[in-house]
Amino acid sequence: MHVSVFDQYQDRPTLIHHLDPRVKVVMMFIYVLSTVMLPDGAWLAFLFSWGVVWTVRYMADIPMEYVLKRSLVMLPFVLAAMTIIFTLPGPPIGTLQLREWQVVISETGVVRFLSILLRSWISIQIAILLVATTPIPDLLHAFVHLRVPKVLVSIVSFMYRYLFVLVDEAMRLLRAREARSAQPLPGKKGSSMLWRARVTGNMAGQLFIRSYDRSDRVYNAMLARGFRGELMTMRPHRMHSQDWVFVLLAGIICLGIQIIGHFIG
Amino acid sequence: MNQTLDYLLSPAALHIPDGFLSWQISLICWVLVVILLGVAMRQTREQLGERQVPLMGVMAAFIFAAQMINFPIVGGTSGHLLGGALAAIALGPWIGMLVMAAVIGVQALLFQDGGLLVMGANILNMGFLTALIGYGLYRSVSNRSRGLRLVVTGIAAWLSVMGAALATSLQLWLSETVPLGVVMPAMMGVHALIGIGEALITVAAVAFIFQTRPDLFEVREKEKKGLGWVVVGGLVSLLVLLISPWASADPDGLERVAEDLGFIHLGLEAPYTVLPDYSLPFLGGTSLSTILAGVIGAVVVAGIAIVLARVLRRQTT
Repeated sequence: MHVSVFDQYQDRPTLIHHLDPRVKVVMMFIYVLSTVMLPDGAWLAFLFSWGVVWTVRYMADIPMEYVLKRSLVMLPFVLAAMTIIFTLPGPPIGTLQLREWQVVISETGVVRFLSILLRSWISIQIAILLVATTPIPDLLHAFVHLRVPKVLVSIVSFMYRYLFVLVDEAMRLLRAREARSAQPLPGKKGSSMLWRARVTGNMAGQLFIRSYDRSDRVYNAMLARGFRGELMTMRPHRMHSQDWVFVLLAGIICLGIQIIGHFIG
Repeated sequence: MNQTLDYLLSPAALHIPDGFLSWQISLICWVLVVILLGVAMRQTREQLGERQVPLMGVMAAFIFAAQMINFPIVGGTSGHLLGGALAAIALGPWIGMLVMAAVIGVQALLFQDGGLLVMGANILNMGFLTALIGYGLYRSVSNRSRGLRLVVTGIAAWLSVMGAALATSLQLWLSETVPLGVVMPAMMGVHALIGIGEALITVAAVAFIFQTRPDLFEVREKEKKGLGWVVVGGLVSLLVLLISPWASADPDGLERVAEDLGFIHLGLEAPYTVLPDYSLPFLGGTSLSTILAGVIGAVVVAGIAIVLARVLRRQTT
């Protein structure tokens, strides 16, 4: 895994990319909250909400397939929530015959399921857009300005820095194991599951110790370079007029969507 | 892509996306998490000083990477690590909690694996609950023989996954997203199996660290503190053990209790009333049929996951 997972689309010269990261983070949270608060069956509001996401995507010049593909992460939960179609009491709109069982599809259930699906899908897309248009160090730095404790942000920054190093390390371990064929061959049974689990556990333990020792070396290197318990940054964040305009516009849109959702439908 | 779909049957499937929990439940979880994070940060600062940032940052990256290490079980499925219990046992409970919070935060923010508004709930389930159960149980025998410690490590790791699954199910149910009679048996059943993978990997990993670097454990074994963890962790574990089978077998019972306690409408007390005469699902049906529905649901989901994973594996290789 490499940094390119994220910075594929991060340096496009669009308005969305140039917005202050703080503005983007705050507006994303408000937008997710606004979307989650929409009542069931407020289709018009959902449509508007999705339209806004799609407009932002278009403005930021992010390919449609990229957003759609990454939004598939929510799939397992969608399957779980599907059961509510049959269990929520409401006017029946159809029945499903499963041998001797008959399940009733309730209208309330369908409305609720689709609403959950839409809320989740819209929220996830706005999060994808945020990460796709903002360099990760800038994004993390924005949290410092938003009064998230510095230590926490520093920990996450460190994690981001060593994520790729340790994932590569894990991948090397996996490759080494595969080369020594701990993988059961197709058609054959392979070694016992207990043995395979032990090998895997040893790998995790190995990686643990390597990581622990690495953190020691990192700390010593930091001390040698004058670390005093705080990370410095050389990129100041400044609010421009376009940032304020964006905040105002996005705020009005959120309010409008809420009004449509609660009073129109 | 292989990895992303492989996790359909792994602890990673506990990452709730946005939209699946009501905003009230999400905010309550956030408040709890913020308080606990504050305590954890103070405790680790005392313990580690300046080393806090590099140690926890690198160890968080370790958990993230360790979650990718898997071993094949059957078909397209494999055993994965969630890592909450491992982190708490090997690094101590507060460090474990913070490390897991960082992992879940990064997964949500950068990979959209788990939502942002529901991040509080995800940290609570997969980070704090797992650390509490994992460390609490382990600490109760930390002065005993190595063999006993490893056995308890395994139990703790299994229970930590069950605890996380239980909390996730309850939150989904209280948000009126999934009926209790379906989500409980399905989630607990699947995670009882996933937990075995977690237990096996955690025990082997801890045994490996015992053998190669016993000094990492010796430092903390000398500490006198930790009785509180044993008590609270033990109580929570007991609660998980008692609630899971009961709620899976008799969801109506839990719903009645919830109604008596008055928190059943937590998910519905919005400023608007969408469903005025909302009656509870299942009060009409028998619990047997709902359990059956749950089992069928679990089998269907598992089947789809396996087929999907197989197809994708074939494409990538």
